Amino acid sequence: MLKDQDRIFQNLYNDLGSDIVSSQKRGDWVNTNELTNKGRDWIINEIKDSQLRGRGGAGFPTGLKWSFAPKEVVSRPHYLVVNADESEPGTCKDRDILRFEPHKLIEGCLIASYAVQAHVCYIYIRGEYFLDGQKLQAAIDEAYEKKLIGKNAAGTGWDLDIYIHYGAGAYICGEETALLESIEGKKGQPRLKPPFPALIGLYGCPTIINNVETLAVVPTILRRGGKWFASLGREKNTGTKIFCISGNVNNPCNVEEEMNIPLKELIEVHAGGVIGGWENLQAVIPGGSSMPLIPKEKCETLTMDFDSLMAEKSGLGTAGIVVINKDQDIIKCMARIARFYKHESCGQCTPCREGSGWMWRMLERMAKGEASKDEVEMLEDVTKQIEGHTICAFGEGSSWPVQGLLRHFKDEIKKRNKFDPIVKESKNIPYLVDQHLLDKNA
Amino acid sequence: MSLRRPAKEQPENFEFNSSSLEAAKVIISKYPKGKQQSAVMALLYIAQKQNNNWIPLAAMKYIAKFLDMPYIQVYEVATFYSMYNLSPVGKYFVQVCTTTPCMIRGAYKLVEACKEKISENESELLNNKNCSWMEVECLGACVNAPMMQINDDYYEDLDKEKTLKILDKILKGETPKPGSYRGRVNNAPENNRKTLMDIKNA
Repeated sequence: MLKDQDRIFQNLYNDLGSDIVSSQKRGDWVNTNELTNKGRDWIINEIKDSQLRGRGGAGFPTGLKWSFAPKEVVSRPHYLVVNADESEPGTCKDRDILRFEPHKLIEGCLIASYAVQAHVCYIYIRGEYFLDGQKLQAAIDEAYEKKLIGKNAAGTGWDLDIYIHYGAGAYICGEETALLESIEGKKGQPRLKPPFPALIGLYGCPTIINNVETLAVVPTILRRGGKWFASLGREKNTGTKIFCISGNVNNPCNVEEEMNIPLKELIEVHAGGVIGGWENLQAVIPGGSSMPLIPKEKCETLTMDFDSLMAEKSGLGTAGIVVINKDQDIIKCMARIARFYKHESCGQCTPCREGSGWMWRMLERMAKGEASKDEVEMLEDVTKQIEGHTICAFGEGSSWPVQGLLRHFKDEIKKRNKFDPIVKESKNIPYLVDQHLLDKNA
Repeated sequence: MSLRRPAKEQPENFEFNSSSLEAAKVIISKYPKGKQQSAVMALLYIAQKQNNNWIPLAAMKYIAKFLDMPYIQVYEVATFYSMYNLSPVGKYFVQVCTTTPCMIRGAYKLVEACKEKISENESELLNNKNCSWMEVECLGACVNAPMMQINDDYYEDLDKEKTLKILDKILKGETPKPGSYRGRVNNAPENNRKTLMDIKNA
């Protein structure tokens, strides 16, 4: 288990209070100007040395992302945008940072803004987190009052204004370019890349977009050194991470742990074990709903980091772990996730808009045992038609969980959906296109 | 995508009152000059708050003029995002999360409770306009599942019985205490905490 002194979020459970005085006692805002005085290159190099990877799901190296920002501010201003549109089912880590560790985030914003030369920072919070956003706003007001942000922020000589922008219940706005569209006052439909936001982003200006957790760990990394952060976890999967363990466990919780921690340890030690015992485990969704599930046999030895989960054809994503035990109907669980994606598709690309509905309807019927034999293969085909054929990664996000189900539980689906429509059975299935053929043969 | 339609009965006029106007001006000042369109989402919220928690078409037209942008763009935004209510909702607006992490911990029991206490169907308004409920997608409190949101507050760690009690209260016009209904402290593991114990005991 990670030592307590190596935990970055000391106030994850709000034992100490989130106001500025207690935050400063925990080490936030202590001589921030000493960090910035070492210069932009030092900051970016230190983050590169720490091998910090973005905590929002894609795992892109943060130092590298910052280095994409133009070196000189020419005609257009630079922007920093914080992605707090946390909507991935199974994930609720950013909410805790917003309400209990807001000063870590604000200080991270200042350092990142300095590094990428932004004078304005927008924090995009999902609309449902209105009260948590209010807490962050209170912290921002405190920081303004203490001159930690605003003109000559914290004595760094850098001017920074931070504004909160509320979303309104669209999952897709967690995608960085959809988020920018949303801030610009449009529908949240993702943009084609390239150009990447680092060059042409918000209002057509260079924009760096980071997740809440990514920015909140930055001040601690700079204070304790990139080497310290890199010493935790393993090569290229370094540092600590907040894991959210939900679903059929005895004590669902958020906990900050070292990367590469065994999944079994997370579930058994921190979350109090699977309901009904480890033997009752059916499958685990390791990184928020868009990551393919992992069956029980593999959970025994699985370690939680970007690369080891990639090797299992899944991903760490946001590290929202959903534990599903044998009391649940796995097909129904995935059908519900498919319904989520059907509801949240922005409607821009046809394969995703139509395909997500197809997947949902087919899975609903499969859960009831009303699908025909060959539809199982058809479902797999549909997921392949969506994946890679859309502007943003939502296409992958919606088809991967279904592919994961087919990869590990195909037998279960086939066992339940046996009938062969063309031969004898006549069933009134409104979605079956060949219904007229079926009636003729019956 | 979700199907969203504006209500059939629409008021003819809408105007910001003085407090809404003031709030709108503060919002617009957050964005660069000439980019006042960015404020459309926040202004829709202000209109929604002023108009008993829903947005009439007249408000969209008003906001379009206010921000000097085409009406259709405001309409697009209002119909795209699911938190803008396009038809009247109850004074207590109950939203039950039923996405998988909540579902496997019994979210549909909460839906049952809503059906028993409020109305058989989603988004049906009681006669006194006090209360309505609907199923929503993930609200981002998965480790406190199952949960629901009433207006701005989160009610966490529920079961059917507790939900019935909460609903009884709101039907009487009282606002129940938000937060965990099993006495949990935020997102910490219940009775099983292994980390940061020195801080807890300090």
